[in-house]
Amino acid sequence: MEHILGNISILTAAPVLNLGLLIDGVLIGSIFALAAYGLALVWGVMNVKNLAQGDFIMLGGYLTWSLGRHGINPLFGVPGAVVLLWGIGWVVYRLVVSKVITRDLFTSLLATFGVAIMIQQSLNLAFGPDTQSAHSGLPTWQLAGGLVTIPVTRVIGFGLAVALALAVIVFMKNSRMGQAIRATAQDARAARVLGIDTEKVYSFTFCLNAAICGAAGALVALVWNVQPFLGTTYSIRLFVIVTAAGFGNLPAVIAAGFGMGVFEQFGGFLLGAEFQQALIVLLLLGVLAVRQWQYLRVRQAVQ
Amino acid sequence: MNLVSRQTLPYLLILTAGVFAPFLFRDYSNEIAVLWLMIVFASTWDILGGQMGYNSLGNIFFFGAGMYICAIVQIGLYYDVGMYTSGARTTHIVFTTAQYFTGFALGTVAAAIGAAALAVVAGWIVLALRGPYFAIGTLGIAIAAAELISSWEWVGAASGISMPVFPFGPATQKLFFYFLLFVLAFVLLVFLRWLYSTNFGLALNAIRDDEQKAEAMGLHTRRYKRTAWAISAVFLGISGAIFGNMTGFIEPRDIAFPTTTFNIFMVIMVLLGGKGTLWGPVIGAVVFHTIKEVTWTYFLGWQFVALGLLIVVTIVYFQQGIVGWLMERYPGLFKAAPKGEPEPALGVALAPHAEGAE
Repeated sequence: MEHILGNISILTAAPVLNLGLLIDGVLIGSIFALAAYGLALVWGVMNVKNLAQGDFIMLGGYLTWSLGRHGINPLFGVPGAVVLLWGIGWVVYRLVVSKVITRDLFTSLLATFGVAIMIQQSLNLAFGPDTQSAHSGLPTWQLAGGLVTIPVTRVIGFGLAVALALAVIVFMKNSRMGQAIRATAQDARAARVLGIDTEKVYSFTFCLNAAICGAAGALVALVWNVQPFLGTTYSIRLFVIVTAAGFGNLPAVIAAGFGMGVFEQFGGFLLGAEFQQALIVLLLLGVLAVRQWQYLRVRQAVQ
Repeated sequence: MNLVSRQTLPYLLILTAGVFAPFLFRDYSNEIAVLWLMIVFASTWDILGGQMGYNSLGNIFFFGAGMYICAIVQIGLYYDVGMYTSGARTTHIVFTTAQYFTGFALGTVAAAIGAAALAVVAGWIVLALRGPYFAIGTLGIAIAAAELISSWEWVGAASGISMPVFPFGPATQKLFFYFLLFVLAFVLLVFLRWLYSTNFGLALNAIRDDEQKAEAMGLHTRRYKRTAWAISAVFLGISGAIFGNMTGFIEPRDIAFPTTTFNIFMVIMVLLGGKGTLWGPVIGAVVFHTIKEVTWTYFLGWQFVALGLLIVVTIVYFQQGIVGWLMERYPGLFKAAPKGEPEPALGVALAPHAEGAE
């Protein structure tokens, strides 16, 4: 308890530290927002809650990390992860998701949980349980006399996340496929009647989501670190973001992603890094409780 | 075969098998003891998952909670828990026979009551959620418990607690815990058979089939849901208390709240055996546990990958489970089944109902 109060007093004594945490939170939150957008996409279009989301991120991260280890600039991990994860997403869709898409929601949840366990255990076997991080060899900016440090990779990561998110949004708005995806999300049967191949739309959506996760993972490896079992934490984080925002509400999803980043930075600073995971999970329970209370007033269930 | 023997036959078989197994297969008595634990896991999961249509991914919470409550009571009766956990690495603390058994008995009772109380509290947060939200919420509870206990120094944090040592020799210890788990599983199966034949069982099925309608017909669905969860929590809490003393060492992540092993085994065993039936979870537990024990060591580290694969294959391609498949294939076998067995709806039940209460 004292050390929490101590940390609070540090923050009030040196307000510039708040700025540092805020900047860090926003830079990292951009990655959360990107991956959360992918989750919201699959959730809204296919009504599948993908629990392997975080493990897709870790796959992208490990690809980037191993590129860096073989002497290639890890920034190439971003396009590499997009391609690799697109392929993996297609395989997972064909073998698992396409079979459970019409069944009840728990079935798809559990099936993707199985995929998640397979991915994290395979990563553990291939790369070991250590925490890894890709080094791009870029400098760190020092502001306010060294109290605020901004690694350039985080800024690049932020820029890439924003660029990718914009690309996806423009694609969804303007392209033929994007329109088909939105139509399917609104009413799959009507879309089929109007000649949209919904099976193809589903497959494309899932692959697109996996690719987005891959890119997010590459950024995670650059600005943070990867570890085989961190995937579940990411899945829960993204689930919290999308649940809090509502999956149909894109701006809210992005805002919640940034909010999550900032919340985590401050929470981690105040309570200590070992509470980070517990903090995320407790936030999940909090969000679910609030949602439930909101629905209770109109006598509906959160489903 | 007349009606009565058909009902009691499985119980007689289980009783015989349970009593003689540890003497016939002396070397495997620990594995068989864990099999009874698995049966408890599967059957308690099925109370909500199968009968009520609420698929939990965090029932392990009550197992771990029971384990820790029991440990705290056992130690706290005679020593200061914080001192014990910090001193356990350097000093060896001995419990007398009387102390051990008093502590264990009181601890088990406390575990049962505590787990039920936690179920009521946790149910207040998550039981109004439906479908995937319920699953994720319960998973969150289990992970949160593991994380919080991992950083709680008073109960030994991540390095766990060495439990009091069993006062008699290892052979007696094996048999003692074997019979505790066996009796627990047997009592649970008898209890569930009775429970599913009462109006309470019917109410659970009504909630599974259509919660709105059940509520409209005047069932206090929240009360039923909470009670059902508390019932599974009581048995899980007791099993946790027993298992913690059986292994002699407890620790939050891999023993008390193992979200990716025991926790997911529960679901897999039920799906493998057949959801929403009395014997499905038992059959699933036996099949799963046997396969696991026989093949586990041959996978050389790939066993958890294989576990993920098994989950995917079971859920994607074999969702009706063994009992469900038998009912589809040989409906004649189940026609004469008495009321209260997996419900009189047998013939009709299996096709769509396995899909749950979405």
